[in-house]
Amino acid sequence: MIRFEAVGKRYPGGGEALATLDLDIAPGEFVFLTGPSGAGKSTLLKLVALIERPSRGQVIVNGQSTRQIPRRRIAQFRRGLGIVFQDHKLLADRNVFDNVALPLIIAGFSPRDINRRVRAALDLVGLANKGPRNPMTLSTGEQQRVGIARAVVSKPPLLIADEPTGNLDPELSLEIMRLFERFNELGVTLLIASHDIDLITRLGHRRVMLAEGRLVGDTAADGSGYDVDGDPAYGQD
Amino acid sequence: MARTRRSERGPRRSGPGMVARIRAYFRQHAHHSLGALGRLARQPVASLLTVAVIGIALALPAGLNVLVANARVLSAGWESAVDFSVYLQHGLELERAEALAAQTRARSGIAAVEIISAEAALAEFREHSGFTAALESLGENPLPHTLVVRPAPTLDAGAVAALAAELEALEEVELVQLDTAWVERFLGIIDIARRATEVTLLLLGLAVIIIVGNTIRLDIQNRRSEIEVMKLIGGSDGFIRRPFLYGGLWYGITGGLLAVILTGAALLALAAPVGRLAGLYGSEFSLVGPGMAGFAALLGAGTLLGWLGAWVATARHLREIEPT
Ligand SMILES: Nc1ncnc2c1ncn2[C@@H]1O[C@H](COP(=O)(O)OP(=O)(O)OP(=O)(O)O)[C@@H](O)[C@H]1O
Ligand SMILES: [Mg+2]
Repeated sequence: MIRFEAVGKRYPGGGEALATLDLDIAPGEFVFLTGPSGAGKSTLLKLVALIERPSRGQVIVNGQSTRQIPRRRIAQFRRGLGIVFQDHKLLADRNVFDNVALPLIIAGFSPRDINRRVRAALDLVGLANKGPRNPMTLSTGEQQRVGIARAVVSKPPLLIADEPTGNLDPELSLEIMRLFERFNELGVTLLIASHDIDLITRLGHRRVMLAEGRLVGDTAADGSGYDVDGDPAYGQD
Repeated sequence: MARTRRSERGPRRSGPGMVARIRAYFRQHAHHSLGALGRLARQPVASLLTVAVIGIALALPAGLNVLVANARVLSAGWESAVDFSVYLQHGLELERAEALAAQTRARSGIAAVEIISAEAALAEFREHSGFTAALESLGENPLPHTLVVRPAPTLDAGAVAALAAELEALEEVELVQLDTAWVERFLGIIDIARRATEVTLLLLGLAVIIIVGNTIRLDIQNRRSEIEVMKLIGGSDGFIRRPFLYGGLWYGITGGLLAVILTGAALLALAAPVGRLAGLYGSEFSLVGPGMAGFAALLGAGTLLGWLGAWVATARHLREIEPT
């Protein structure tokens, strides 16, 4: 589903955010991306979403090298991708229903289909009766769930999330993660960046660990794989 | 390679897929046009100010244009209705001059003939010119008898010229002089006014583009985060651009409508005093408005300029906004 081939990323005027990274994520996998602050987690996700482009190597998403996607086709590419943000990025000038409907409007769905799909998505995240509300009047956890509903409403095969529980307390975080697990059961591939080692360990999915732009650990759901213990960059966080 | 691609796309392009896509297209346009209108309505003061500026900027050249058009209507009859002076041979007896005046008066195509005797002309000249001493030294009256002929208003310019030529051919007539210089001057002024109107139209049209462009630019800045979100969830450049283009379109339409109202109101307000003034000069003249076509053109110009302004602003500023 996602393959990184010797990917390096250097920001203009910045240091090396990623250095020669190789990574392979199969369809249907549930992968956590962890590592200390500045490790390059967000950068990796941005390369997947074509918010940034690699300086070296190539990123292959859904069998297509992002290098071959010109600027004008990025929008179309992103429609096959669900993105969840830490600050959920909901639009304050429209209600919950319209926020969730946005990807479908962009894709040109009929009002009937939009209605049906938005209801289903809101139902899935447990906000079936919150459609007419303004998102700013909802609790942080509810807002994040609206963001997730918007990310999945067009049924993308791949969902990426950058610290989706960063602003939530442990209980709400677990709730959100359970929600992601349900999508995974429905066949969605997930790549989630998170700091929350406790929660990640508890859920027991594949863990990819980064430190200083390098892959320092890759543990499968059953605990097999490698882990670079004692790396000074990792574990201090 | 190309073949497999085509066959992949084939089923989606044909049949109901195409219809669905066309319907989706119109649905999105409806969504964006109404959305943009709603946005204007939600900030009524700011919108009204912008619309007022556009309306005034468009009404000004439209009003000037009406003025020029009316001046031309007014002057259209003048070239033929102008008086001309018929200078008779020097030394012709007054009786013969008077007989000629009566004869001329009887012709068709003549509205009035007035005779100014050499003596009367001299007296008037003496009074106004201040050359009294010079005239005294001349001894005899250097001025001839003159007929001032006013052609019938029904004559066109050609007929007037023909009439003048006929009179000039008469034995008693020395010279016929048409007093068209001032008409030509007036027409020259109208021509300048027309040019000035065109320049004003050009400049104020540019101003409307700039006003709308700037308003849309601010709108884009205010909605920066929204635009980023749209881009992140797969909104194409065209999709993101459209609400702003419709915003400009609405500004243009409402501004054009206001210009129509302002111009119409100004015409109504002027109609009565102009009628009174024309009455004082014994004229049938009344103000001519721009007509349906003129008002439609005004509305169309507003719409086009608004859209253009938004187009320029979006072309320049939307690309700069990329999610990070
Ligand atoms: N736009 C940018 N310009 C320059 N340098 C950047 C930019 N974005 C990130 N970096 C640098 O790249 C490195 C990796 O940053 P990144 O945001 O990917 O880390 P992260 O793992 O997501 O950290 P955090 O856990 O704090 O979110 C950091 O050193 C950061 O300073
Ligand atoms: Mg980050």
